[in-house]
Amino acid sequence: MKLTLTVNGQARSLDLDPRVTLLDALRHHLGLTGTKKGCDHGQCGACTVLVDGRRINSCLALAVSHDGDQITTIEGLGTPDAPSDLQTAFVAHDGYQCGYCTPGQIMSAEAMLSEIAEGWPSYVSQSLEANPALTDEEIAERMSGNLCRCSAYPRIREAIAAVRDARAGHAEAAE
Amino acid sequence: MMDGTPKAFDVALTMDETQPRVLDRMAQGLLGTAMDRPDGPLKVTGTAPYAAEHSVDGLATGFLVRATITRGRVAHVNVEGAMALDGVLAVFTGDPLLRNPAQGTAAEAPEQVLPEVHYLGQPIALVVAETFEQARHAAQTLDLTYDAEEGADVDPATATETETPKGKRLDQGDLAAAMEVAAHSVDTRYTTPGHSSAPMEPHASVAQWIDGRLELHGAYQMLKYNVAELADALGVDESAVRIHAPYVGGGFGSKLGIAPEAVAAAHAARELDRPVRVVLTRDQVFEMTMRRSETVQRLRLACNGEGHLTALGHEDRVSNLPDEGFAEPTAQGTHFLYGGENRFFEQTVARVHRSCAGSVRAPGEAVGMIALECAMDELAEAAGLDPIDLRLRNIPDTHPEDDLPYSERGLARCLTEGAERFGWSGRGAPASRLEGDWWVGMGVASAVRTNILGESKARVTLRPDGTALCETDMTDIGTGTYAILTQIVGEMLGLPRDRIEVALGDSDLPKSSGSGGSWGAQSCGSAVFLAAKGIRNALAEAAGVAEDDLTLKDGFATGGNTRRPLSDLITDPIVCEGHVQPGDTSDDFSIAGYGAHFAEVGVHRDTGEVRVRRMLGVFSIGRVLNHKTAVSQCHGGMIWGIGSALTEELMHDRSDGRIVNHNLAEYHVPVSLDVPQLDALLLEDTRDDEANPIQAKGIGELGISGAAGAIGNAIYNACGVRVRDFPATPDKVFPGLPDTD
Repeated sequence: MKLTLTVNGQARSLDLDPRVTLLDALRHHLGLTGTKKGCDHGQCGACTVLVDGRRINSCLALAVSHDGDQITTIEGLGTPDAPSDLQTAFVAHDGYQCGYCTPGQIMSAEAMLSEIAEGWPSYVSQSLEANPALTDEEIAERMSGNLCRCSAYPRIREAIAAVRDARAGHAEAAE
Repeated sequence: MMDGTPKAFDVALTMDETQPRVLDRMAQGLLGTAMDRPDGPLKVTGTAPYAAEHSVDGLATGFLVRATITRGRVAHVNVEGAMALDGVLAVFTGDPLLRNPAQGTAAEAPEQVLPEVHYLGQPIALVVAETFEQARHAAQTLDLTYDAEEGADVDPATATETETPKGKRLDQGDLAAAMEVAAHSVDTRYTTPGHSSAPMEPHASVAQWIDGRLELHGAYQMLKYNVAELADALGVDESAVRIHAPYVGGGFGSKLGIAPEAVAAAHAARELDRPVRVVLTRDQVFEMTMRRSETVQRLRLACNGEGHLTALGHEDRVSNLPDEGFAEPTAQGTHFLYGGENRFFEQTVARVHRSCAGSVRAPGEAVGMIALECAMDELAEAAGLDPIDLRLRNIPDTHPEDDLPYSERGLARCLTEGAERFGWSGRGAPASRLEGDWWVGMGVASAVRTNILGESKARVTLRPDGTALCETDMTDIGTGTYAILTQIVGEMLGLPRDRIEVALGDSDLPKSSGSGGSWGAQSCGSAVFLAAKGIRNALAEAAGVAEDDLTLKDGFATGGNTRRPLSDLITDPIVCEGHVQPGDTSDDFSIAGYGAHFAEVGVHRDTGEVRVRRMLGVFSIGRVLNHKTAVSQCHGGMIWGIGSALTEELMHDRSDGRIVNHNLAEYHVPVSLDVPQLDALLLEDTRDDEANPIQAKGIGELGISGAAGAIGNAIYNACGVRVRDFPATPDKVFPGLPDTD
């Protein structure tokens, strides 16, 4: 089936077997192997990408169902020479070990910071009405869909908290 | 000035003697620092290439088929039916497919038994097609029949075939008599379930034959052994096999030995004369790679009125497939951690038709220390002693079984300094602290992990422009190898980090110990150290000074009252290969890493749910090579402790032995919300001069040793419920909760 995905701002035309997942379209057909396959069942979060700005497990999505959508992958956030603030923070805080879950963690964190900014509550939020503060516990809950068997969780949360603070600082400075 | 052709020579060391602390007189100041990983920028941008991502033209995809019977034979495979499907290229059903992976350091092919089936989930066929979707469909619909045998043993508790492996029984003194007369004693039984390594990267291989030589991009930990295993399985010479593994997405023991997907991919690529990729599905990772055996353990401990152990018994029952030599070394740490003159150890291995049992992070201590450290807690209570006090009273002067002296051993410091840091004095009696809906308590446990040096080689090249290249077949499975080898080279040769390149994960490079058993950093690091030391000697000679009088820092050499850039000393690259081998010190000393875990848990008073609130690990591992990566390893181990204490459990079907929860939704590894911010403290001033020339010991596995025991003991202190059947899920805690109404 013919379809077009806009991946990291670039339109990519594909002709795919309808069984191809969004994850495999990226990895096998577009050469974008930064998005990882850990379970292929939506259980680990390694394949997290943004679709129209929202995080999803790309292994649970068929590519053909995303015809015309905007996809952002880890390659769209930054490069080794020009990394994003989250990517830099993960290195500085050692928020990874083997690195395999890392792209998914970073994509998930990027979306999670947007969700917080939009006031979405979570399981650990004290109130469904008030805008939640991004505490360590809130980060932990909101990142619990991304498994890390090396168990870098404490430092993943530190990296995200550092970016939270830096972005807040920038926002304040801009006001 | 050295001149002429590139200088190449070897520096070899057999660890027969206590080593001088050469690294402590170096000047660069890079080793031991919290340097960021050099591989970090690639990992966080998704550009580090893992095995399955190796790109090659004409790649076909293979998909493994699993047995759906427990024992018997594959009778018939409808190959023609599969070949009629779109895109299918071939179906392979017999030799050389593996029954299960090789055990760590096997260096020979594992069992190849097809058409026999020995467990449910065993690989029995490989279907290869043009695309992943085609291969998966053909594999999942493959029409085949079996001759099944009924009545295979699948339950370790009732298995009829059992044995005690050689060397797994020790009867010293008279344990029963000592128990009889002791002032205090406990005779207690603990069980732990099977565990899965569950690395985030599924096992994957991309195989291609080029001019008769196999180039395999795989997810492996120990390449020199893996080459031998793969060559043996394929019936080719080792020189015809090359393995690449520059990035490995976690191992934890599951990638120690060559696994079914590698042999299947290599065989298919050879038969089809085109490259083939085979990646295990997550279910297959659970079924076709190693599980940690479940254990049943009996602990008998006795002490006199002063709290000195007089008897120590540790018996265990584990399981494995028929014809597998590995047996979980449950009591490994118990042999030398505490004293007690009357001792009894015995292991029983039950032969069962379940997935293969093998190494999973810290084989032995990971589960043996749960039972030992909880039993010590029970004895402390029986004797009316603080659990830390009981441990401190029983640190032996020499090995209690063979009288060997210990090398560096920081156990007492870890316990006492940890107690102070954690606020241990605030611990009360069991079930004495209720905060809201939560019973709160603290627990402690010792940590110990046997330390092993493995033969290793590495090559270092220093170029006249002041850059260096370090090469070895060692792997970095997330442990920080790229970082620590950069730091060792930088420290020895006086170079900043950005002047050093480290090449790993190519079996054509000098052969290292590989990564496993916590021996990688020290073994491979020692080889790199020796190579760099050889280069230092050459530079000293060129400078006309003694090596002791040469200071190398930031690309300059200082000695004999002159300071000059390296380019003034050499005009050609210096190449040196380091080679380290274990020797007499490992026979003459008991060498291990030590530590102590402190945990504070909350137990919900209505549900029995356990949450870890605080956790501290203090570790004594000799020289710390990179503070950042070492602490991350500690965190990883401690969190594995949380998993084994509270959530992780392989469940087997009682009728056919299959792993029921063979996926990440039902096998519960800890997630972020299960883990509090952790405190990990390294005793950075320690050095182990008997371990190796860099005085460093392993940290990858020490962090899990005892961690779950501390949590189990904290549960008891919180609510008075002693869990002896791990993991401590709410159903096991709830029935014993105190009445709070």
